Amino acid sequence: MKFAYYPGCSLHATGLEYDQSTRAALCALDVELDELRDWNCCGASSAHALDANAAILLAARNLALAQRAHRDVIAPCAACFNRLKVAEHILKTDSTRRVEIERALDFYYADATQILNPIDLVVNHIGLPRVRAAVKNPLTDLRVVPHITQFDDPEHPRALDQLLSAIGAQPCEWADATHCCGGSLSLTRANIVIKLVDDLVAHARDVNAQAIVTACPLCQINLEMRQTRADKLPIVYFTELMGLAFGLKESRKWWGKHLINPRELVSRYQ
Amino acid sequence: MLDSSLRDWVNLQSHQNINTCFTCAKCTAGCPVAFAMEFGPHRILQMVRFGMNDAALASRDIWLCAGCETCATRCPNDVDVAALMDALRQISLAKKSRNPARDIADFHRAYLLLIKLFGRMHEASLMILVKLITRDLLADMGAGVQLVLKGKIPIVPERIRGTGEVSRMLNAEKRNSREAFVIRNSQFGNQK
Repeated sequence: MKFAYYPGCSLHATGLEYDQSTRAALCALDVELDELRDWNCCGASSAHALDANAAILLAARNLALAQRAHRDVIAPCAACFNRLKVAEHILKTDSTRRVEIERALDFYYADATQILNPIDLVVNHIGLPRVRAAVKNPLTDLRVVPHITQFDDPEHPRALDQLLSAIGAQPCEWADATHCCGGSLSLTRANIVIKLVDDLVAHARDVNAQAIVTACPLCQINLEMRQTRADKLPIVYFTELMGLAFGLKESRKWWGKHLINPRELVSRYQ
Repeated sequence: MLDSSLRDWVNLQSHQNINTCFTCAKCTAGCPVAFAMEFGPHRILQMVRFGMNDAALASRDIWLCAGCETCATRCPNDVDVAALMDALRQISLAKKSRNPARDIADFHRAYLLLIKLFGRMHEASLMILVKLITRDLLADMGAGVQLVLKGKIPIVPERIRGTGEVSRMLNAEKRNSREAFVIRNSQFGNQK
């Protein structure tokens, strides 16, 4: 399978290990990723806060690029994924605004490009049996809590739990799976994000989780940077755990990229 | 008389009808940042409905919204409260309302400025701009240095070929909305 890849700005910077592990884990499942040429920032929280039209145009430009490449798009970042989906929804349902967008971007929306998150791709398109077959080191007894994974059901997401079970880990039930980390407030209202993050980490500890598993580069860095307790809980990407379970050698390079190094936790599976 | 001009504009701008709200307050109950707000999302919505325009536009709450969309997901009447907050932010800026969270607005402006310059985000530049906005030079220095050392904050920005196109998207909206807001401002004056 070959897809267009929309990494987004974070995966080229603070989410570097998410980029590397996504490429590696999907490659192990015979998925070929071809990075969209000349992609632009989706606008994240700031564009839709200040500029309603530009927020849609920024996201739609990337959809236009994917359509020209004749490929479905993989968007690992939760914010990018959300913004692309919002633009797609408007293109599909609002013909007046669709014409405006098409005129501004000089393209014709053909409704032929799917937008997928890697979780959705792995669980619903590749399928868990193939994931199980690829596992070399099952992550037995690794207790983790999945965080912000509403790519299936917004209130009670299950896909990431299933994926984590498939690679041998033990996803724990907790109430905070879809609880917000505070997002971009981290830079202007650190005290708010500190409270949200400390609550999340405390609730993860309540169910004896050894790590929080995330699918968002902003959640990941907020959860690592804003923990205040001295003994810190590791925050890992689900794709890193996939790479680890698949026995990929390059997984060793990812742990050192973290602000909270999870090496101690993962070394027994390496 | 009830001043419904802000309500009407918000509905238009966020493509919905906030009048379907029956004040169950589920949005506020689930809002992760409600604890730091003055009123909370459901009261902001009521203030817009009841014509308390200036109070709603000058509240810090509209800037504290993190845009997680939990409210919109849970609303039994499908009110997109997050989109309401976005609309209020845009109107508050255009009307130059008093803003007790000016630094958050400035953060978003800085973010968009960098997209205009490069077509993509450049985190090192954003960090510098945030320090100028918050006037807190030392905040997060430790983490920042670590991230640079780990090669996770590139020093040189990536600049795309379509930067001009991206920049025009952001500027065009400013031009259009300025015209729209002139009309709107006169409406606000008449209905007081």
